[in-house]
Amino acid sequence: MGMPFYVAPEQMMKDRADYARKGIARGRALIACTFDEGILVCAENPSRMLRKVSEIYDRIGFAGVGKYNEFDQLRIAGVRHADLKGFSFSREDVDARGLANQYAQILGQVFTHEMKPMEVEILVAEVGHDPSGDQLFHILYDGTLVDETGWAVLGGEAEAIGERMGAAWAEGGTLATALRAAAGALAGPERTLPATELEVAVLSRGNGRRTFHRIEDDEVAALLAAD
Amino acid sequence: MNLPLYSPQDDPGPNFAELVRRAGLLPPVPDSAVDGRLAITHGTTCVAVRYADGVVMAGDRRATSGNFISHRTIEKVFPADRHSGVAIAGAAGPAVEMVRLFQLQLEHYEKVEGAPISLEGKANQLSQMVRNHLPAAMQGLAVVPIFAGYDTARSAGRIFQYDVTGGRYEEFDHAATGSGSLHAVTVVKLGYRDALEEGAVIDLVLRALYEAADEDSATGGPDLVRGIYPVVATITDDGFRRIDDEDLQSRYMALLERVAVERGGIEAGGGS
Repeated sequence: MGMPFYVAPEQMMKDRADYARKGIARGRALIACTFDEGILVCAENPSRMLRKVSEIYDRIGFAGVGKYNEFDQLRIAGVRHADLKGFSFSREDVDARGLANQYAQILGQVFTHEMKPMEVEILVAEVGHDPSGDQLFHILYDGTLVDETGWAVLGGEAEAIGERMGAAWAEGGTLATALRAAAGALAGPERTLPATELEVAVLSRGNGRRTFHRIEDDEVAALLAAD
Repeated sequence: MNLPLYSPQDDPGPNFAELVRRAGLLPPVPDSAVDGRLAITHGTTCVAVRYADGVVMAGDRRATSGNFISHRTIEKVFPADRHSGVAIAGAAGPAVEMVRLFQLQLEHYEKVEGAPISLEGKANQLSQMVRNHLPAAMQGLAVVPIFAGYDTARSAGRIFQYDVTGGRYEEFDHAATGSGSLHAVTVVKLGYRDALEEGAVIDLVLRALYEAADEDSATGGPDLVRGIYPVVATITDDGFRRIDDEDLQSRYMALLERVAVERGGIEAGGGS
């Protein structure tokens, strides 16, 4: 029996991180940002059926990039967590921070203990009763949890997209201006993304108990065209 | 509370009731009869009537335990989701819990699957919940709901009645549940016309509950002093809408005036 090869822990973690990053970079990116009425999530996604953005609870939304089956499993676990918590306590006790912490724990656990890390980056957003209460939690493949202000970019080329978003986005803008900033930042200078290539949803303060609402293609096209 | 992750072979799917069971949150079933030994709060009379635009549901506000009135403002008609509602009669505690679980089941399914359940599917879900409640019903905690909604696929209102074993029966025009249901349903039956408009249907269910309260001590009538009126809701293409109390108050005032005129004054019951 031969001796097992020694791999330095630094090297092992780096390999895992590289593996996860490569997987995430293969997919298309998404942007979440606040606007005057709530939170907008805009993803580059040509599919109408396989969603990247979805509803978790009354004021909480979810978005994921990377490997679909992995982030969808996390999404469903989030819905279960939120619905069970709301059932055994009260609807107002369900919050994004608790859920984001749970996600960070799971992703961190999988990153260090499982065969392969999850090739995902996820976002948990909560719309506040007023703009100061809006929250964006960005969770990386290794469980790193970042509390973002204003906007967050998930996925490959996040740096370049983030630079464009930082230049285009302004606090307290309307839905149309926020959507144009996000779509422009995702597309970059060389191309334009039509409404059919975008998946758009909002958590809107004025939307009653369940604030999550999808914006369909024709409405997205109208918002992108508006001045 | 941890994150409920399951392996694909073991996944409960969009079934929230199963998830609740696995989380150990379901109440234990009593192993002997509860009713008679403990004071159980009961809620009674609810009616549902179909009309051209959808369905009207209504329920009185009284809860009783034995010969005591335990609550004057209990609610027995609830939205199940945007396009459906559920009304309950029976042991109030388990009934309200069943409604909560049913509401969550519909919302949970919609979020997990990304699309709502069909109206028929919702009616079947409730049937299973009533069926699963049978062991508790045997111990005196029976719950008998009515489910009604607007079927967006058929563009019509539909009403489903249940029995204590989970039997599910679709009714064409109207349904009632609870101890006052016999009186309520007779009033609805006599006043029902094919082309009643919304206001007339609301007046009809208010009259039905009024007459049920007149005959059945467990059913509460309109309380003009405290301003307590039945819960009345319409379910149409626009969704579930509860009728506000000012509207109900003026409808009841008109009803009482009409009844008083019809009866022609003070009854001879003693005195001179």
